[in-house]
Amino acid sequence: MEPTRIATPFAPTGVPGSMVDGRIRMNIVIVGHVDHGKSTVVGRLLADTGSLPDGKLESVRAFCERNSRPFEYAFLLDALKDEQAQGITIDTARTFFKSGKRDYIIIDAPGHIEFLKNMVTGAARAEAAVLVIDAKEGIRENSKRHGYLLSMLGIKQIAVAVNKMDLVGYSREAFEDIRDEYVAFLARIGATPRFFLPISAFNGEGLIHASDKMPWYKGPNLLSAMDNFEKEPPKANQPFRMPVQDIYKFTSLGDDRRIVSGRVESGSIQAGDPVVFLPSGKKSRIASIEAFHAVAREEIGADISIGFTLAEQIYVGRGELMVKAAEVQAEVSRRLRINLFWMGKKPFQPGKTYHLKLGTAKVPCRLEKINYLIDASETGGQTKSAVERHDVADCIIELSKPLAFDPIARLEATGRFVIVDQYEIAGGGIVREALPEDAQAIGSAKPSLLSRSAVSAEARAELMGQKPALVILSGGPGRDPKVAAKALEARLIGLGRHAFYLGLEDAQEADSHQSSESGDAKIVSGWEAEIPAAQLGQAASLLLDAGLLVVAAAKGLDSEDIKTLENLVEPHAVLQLEAPADAEEATGTTAGLVEEALAKLRASGAIGGI
Amino acid sequence: MSLFAKDSMEHDHLEQLENQSVYILREAYANFKNLAMLWSIGKDSTVLLWLARKAFFGHVPITLVHIDTNYKIPEMIRYRDQLAMDWHLTMVYGQNKGALERKETFPDGNITRLQCCKNLKTDALKNTLSGEWPRYRLNLQTGKYETDKNKDPYTGVIVGARADEEGSRSKERYFSPRDKNNEWDVGDQPPELWNQFKTDFAPGTHLRIHPLLDWTELNIWEYIQRENIPITDLYFDKGTGKRYRSLGCYPCTTPVDSTSKNVAEIVAELKTGKFANIAERSGRAQDKEDGGGLETLRRDGYM
Repeated sequence: MEPTRIATPFAPTGVPGSMVDGRIRMNIVIVGHVDHGKSTVVGRLLADTGSLPDGKLESVRAFCERNSRPFEYAFLLDALKDEQAQGITIDTARTFFKSGKRDYIIIDAPGHIEFLKNMVTGAARAEAAVLVIDAKEGIRENSKRHGYLLSMLGIKQIAVAVNKMDLVGYSREAFEDIRDEYVAFLARIGATPRFFLPISAFNGEGLIHASDKMPWYKGPNLLSAMDNFEKEPPKANQPFRMPVQDIYKFTSLGDDRRIVSGRVESGSIQAGDPVVFLPSGKKSRIASIEAFHAVAREEIGADISIGFTLAEQIYVGRGELMVKAAEVQAEVSRRLRINLFWMGKKPFQPGKTYHLKLGTAKVPCRLEKINYLIDASETGGQTKSAVERHDVADCIIELSKPLAFDPIARLEATGRFVIVDQYEIAGGGIVREALPEDAQAIGSAKPSLLSRSAVSAEARAELMGQKPALVILSGGPGRDPKVAAKALEARLIGLGRHAFYLGLEDAQEADSHQSSESGDAKIVSGWEAEIPAAQLGQAASLLLDAGLLVVAAAKGLDSEDIKTLENLVEPHAVLQLEAPADAEEATGTTAGLVEEALAKLRASGAIGGI
Repeated sequence: MSLFAKDSMEHDHLEQLENQSVYILREAYANFKNLAMLWSIGKDSTVLLWLARKAFFGHVPITLVHIDTNYKIPEMIRYRDQLAMDWHLTMVYGQNKGALERKETFPDGNITRLQCCKNLKTDALKNTLSGEWPRYRLNLQTGKYETDKNKDPYTGVIVGARADEEGSRSKERYFSPRDKNNEWDVGDQPPELWNQFKTDFAPGTHLRIHPLLDWTELNIWEYIQRENIPITDLYFDKGTGKRYRSLGCYPCTTPVDSTSKNVAEIVAELKTGKFANIAERSGRAQDKEDGGGLETLRRDGYM
């Protein structure tokens, strides 16, 4: 059988900074408004640099002739029948060509607004960008939108090519008008293009040679501009960050290692280094570096997928961020100022629960406020109540639990996130800064359906002969405070008090069970569903308002959870007692705990001397 | 990075591909309860299996699924079961017994190649993944296959597809959704950025996961060479001047003319030899039956 020639010049890679046969590769994305000529630029670059497979150009020309269509360089890129049918690029086709300096992986991103998510997918993999603007049509909506997005996606090296210069008679004035307007626009979002150049892709002017049609332009042609882009410097000098993907303990075949696994996003680490896990704040030390069938390494740097065992066994899980104790720590907050672009069919709106994914963490989040919209169409700074599809906005979000991250100005990998609306990744963005946690905002999780009764809390306390209080019996791993909590409730009832046992531990066990089962088709229906502390606080708040002494048992509450509880049940008191290690076993110890709780209640004035 | 300073640049590139694939495999494992990995016994999915051992520190905590068309080259099945025993794999196969019994196959002369692919691969795959047809599981004690009691549908399916294989695969995502009918909506794919993948999905739908999307055929062979991965010897010339470049069913896969007798010779041949500009699947007859054969199959669930 006669082998077929390769039909398309596809040679993809999503891995930046790679080298093959000693040649450096660079991923470049070509963006711009629809029909401004991106595919023509790429097709022409492929043809002019001799990067097409034999016979490809001829076969496309023959195809056009047969179908009575004018030849277009863009056809070279149309790998799918669909695309040719619609006449637009629907996905980020990946092609490649060589210059004298290096190999380029060209990500040709669709300019049509409907395919924004494809454009983002392509651009997120790029190291540099060429943004194409039609000289005749001028700056259009997506010229601007793609400009912001490149900046948000972290692409700092941008060449702006003003294309179709032949349609404006190669006019210097036309070029400079567009340049001045667009440079001013990019400056407003803090971006500066590395190059601004005039071309005519269709006629091959200004692509790989200086154009004699535009002697007034003294800058580099497009290919030399691209050759002037620089490779990203290594991330070794940055602080160490590793989002924990999982803790593995595969017991089969006698393996007893407990391995913290993940990929290093920045910095480097060695065995013996003290580490901190955020947001939990738990500390340990690297005991060993673990890998399968790999050369032993003393130091692990960025982009390496690896595993570690720890010197002190601590309970951490997927979603924590491992940092080095000796370096600048990541921030931990549940209120963030972000820049967000929205791709979802439904808008991003207040009052609805979404999920934010940053690193390996996945946290419920809500839109608190839109500061302003970065408007792509006309004037900037207009206000809206929701972030609609294709909008870019500066906003404040609140999270149901603390998140570890870095502001984008410090580190990129741990400063970027996506937002999931039900099943779909609907938005992407960067964290600008952590905001002070607003007790008011957290308190807003308090049920608001109920209006306050006219009976004062004091009158109710007098009637019931007690002041309401929330007693939390907590314990660490292996300690079950449930028995003591129920005993306390029984004791209080025995003393003629109005007490109520509120079972939190079930909710909490269900929650940890859920996370161990790894989010399989599991949709959390509301803001509270993943937050036992908030659930408990809300339920307790009502019971406390009714004048009751509320007793709850909860394992593994951290100080953050206690703060949440205090906010939610305010103005009622929260009393916390630690169950001893063997509370479940020894009834004597349980009795001791109950007495201790009673003493605390008396001391706080909840019972006894009212 | 000092560790890699001495290594070759190609090594560095393979290192990056490996790290990305391992990351994707771990994300898949963390996010899907019913996870399967398709193992065609070919070089790509065997590299994928090796990468799983890398990701999980020598273990493979994911079920391997093979679709047995009954027309696989017999060496492939022997190699499959040997590796499954050696590496303690959870090994499952499924097949379209009905079509085979009714002789609704191309080798029986009753249907076209593409229709045969649909019966023996696409339909077998669909019904094996959903659990509607029986699955056969290797008992590592006895070395025999038994009917698998687990009939739960797999919601995450790891596949060794590479973007460079042909046009339609260059459109895939690392995590690519398939609807209830296994269909792929190529025009409406989820965004994928900053290593955040689509891991939430509606009941009844599932995700195809592609850890090898960025690898080329050459990368695969270079990695097999670097890691010394045991690979079926059907890829090597054993003195006849012919070898398989791509493995499939024997009635539809022809060996290519090549005298490469080992991995190093295959790498050399791909880099500079006669295959440097010839598509890998050129020996697969079903790709040529209509203009968009493979894409038509893929939309319907083919790998």
